[in-house]
Amino acid sequence: MTAAIASPAMLELRGLAKSFELHQQRDTRLDVLDDIDLTLHAGECVVLSGPSGAGKSTLLRVIYANYRTSRGAVRVRHDGNWLDLAEATPHQVLDVRRRTLGYVSQFLRVIPRVPALDIVAEPLIGAGVSVEDARQQASALLHRLNVPERLWPLPPGTFSGGEQQRVNIARGLIVPRPLLLLDEPTASLDAGNRQVVAQLLEEARNAGSAVLGIFHDEDMRDRVATRLFPMRPMALA
Amino acid sequence: MSALLQVRGLSHHYGRRIGCENVSFDLHPGELLCIVGESGSGKSTLLNTVAAQLTPTAGAVHYHQKNGDWLDLGALSEADRRRLAREEWGFVTQNPRDGLRLNVSAGANVAERLMALGQRDYGRLRDIARGWLERVEIDPARIDDAPTGFSGGMQQRLQIARTLVTQPRLVFMDEPTAGLDVSVQARILDLLRRLVNELGLAAIMVTHDLAVARLLAARTIVMQGGHVVESGLTDQILDDPQHAYTQLLVSSVLTT
Ligand SMILES: Nc1ncnc2c1ncn2[C@@H]1O[C@H](COP(=O)(O)OP(=O)(O)OP(=O)(O)O)[C@@H](O)[C@H]1O
Ligand SMILES: Nc1ncnc2c1ncn2[C@@H]1O[C@H](COP(=O)(O)OP(=O)(O)OP(=O)(O)O)[C@@H](O)[C@H]1O
Ligand SMILES: [Mg+2]
Ligand SMILES: [Mg+2]
Repeated sequence: MTAAIASPAMLELRGLAKSFELHQQRDTRLDVLDDIDLTLHAGECVVLSGPSGAGKSTLLRVIYANYRTSRGAVRVRHDGNWLDLAEATPHQVLDVRRRTLGYVSQFLRVIPRVPALDIVAEPLIGAGVSVEDARQQASALLHRLNVPERLWPLPPGTFSGGEQQRVNIARGLIVPRPLLLLDEPTASLDAGNRQVVAQLLEEARNAGSAVLGIFHDEDMRDRVATRLFPMRPMALA
Repeated sequence: MSALLQVRGLSHHYGRRIGCENVSFDLHPGELLCIVGESGSGKSTLLNTVAAQLTPTAGAVHYHQKNGDWLDLGALSEADRRRLAREEWGFVTQNPRDGLRLNVSAGANVAERLMALGQRDYGRLRDIARGWLERVEIDPARIDDAPTGFSGGMQQRLQIARTLVTQPRLVFMDEPTAGLDVSVQARILDLLRRLVNELGLAAIMVTHDLAVARLLAARTIVMQGGHVVESGLTDQILDDPQHAYTQLLVSSVLTT
């Protein structure tokens, strides 16, 4: 842990706030995050903890720029420079996502007719790796995550929840990125596969990635976390 | 990074009626941008004004040509406009019958744009046409059949082959999957998605289907009453819409 703090900061959240204005609900305003400060260093795995509705998933989505920031800064170290994603152009955000910032969502978004292997290989191809190399690496990762080889050529629409989630994890982790966001990636996995994910995250950290995640399972949390970041629903704060 | 297309303050009015009003955006090489909005919101007007098919009432479009020069599309001669449409751009219309030549064979439909660029070797043109039919999942054995006998989905795939065979740098598409069965749509979208990635095309696509935008476009523009009410990353617009109209649009569909 001391080593982690000595390593360079990769992500800095400063005074971060997020509210939703629901125009369909008579302009109700929902305040979800307020004044969040967090610094994440290379090699760390910070786990967001707190009850349902505390805004954990919202925070990850704001960092990924999937949700807009209402106030404050989301500074990401990208190519050695700090970039505030709250102020970045769409083109800048896309570039950060391609090379610096990864996000593993809770569920796989199935793309009709695209085989599991290609879904996993795609981000690598987007990062400039040749199709053949990308497929090779995708195979290796799917293999490691115990996705049966007979499923690789099939679109994951008909896969089980756990199989889909492992495809999703493979897609999210296949490009080595300095900053990883994970939203309950192991919720539908058995103990053996959780173990694999824990190992993958450890390898990513050892390679210098900073990880910010949500893990409800306590064993998993104890296994991967170097530090907890507690959150509370705003109404109770 | 340098843009392929710069649209600034672009308007087109039909007499006193607004078609589109004061629209600005950049398009980068290899990027697919979707224009969404309800019927009559000005999507087709915007697309056609950007593509220099309609004359702007105000504003300008600049296009970064293959040879590196910037072209002001408003100051384009008719001959230059045709040259661009032939050599650097492609168009996919909603009704494939508008984009195809129905009285000639499927193979000739694919080959025609290549011939317009000066390719004359008949055997080679036929090979290319065969390859493209395969690529868009039409049995190459149908190369000599006229598209009148094709299903709507096949016609649309043929139009896509005909358009992309010249490897255009910029493609304009107006609702290319509207009016087709859902399963046929999925096939065409998958095809477009793959081809756009493989060929590194830049494209602007009009659609009223948010799921299509999610699937294909990194960036989206939302229009209402001729105005852009919201624009940005597609996933951000769909998951955290800001404008009342976008929230209505997103909440009206089952899943995206
Ligand atoms: N796109 C959205 N639009 C409106 N409200 C939202 C949106 N996303 C999240 N919220 C609201 O933000 C609050 C926090 O939700 P969030 O999903 O971040 O909680 P969480 O801590 O991840 O909970 P859980 O542990 O149950 O996953 C909730 O009240 C939720 O309804
Ligand atoms: N040739 C025309 N002459 C006059 N008004 C027109 C013309 N074409 C379009 N309009 C009007 O301009 C507005 C925008 O039309 P446009 O065709 O751009 O909408 P759209 O968003 O493409 O709709 P749709 O989804 O139905 O195709 C509408 O009010 C329409 O009636
Ligand atoms: Mg959550
Ligand atoms: Mg239209």
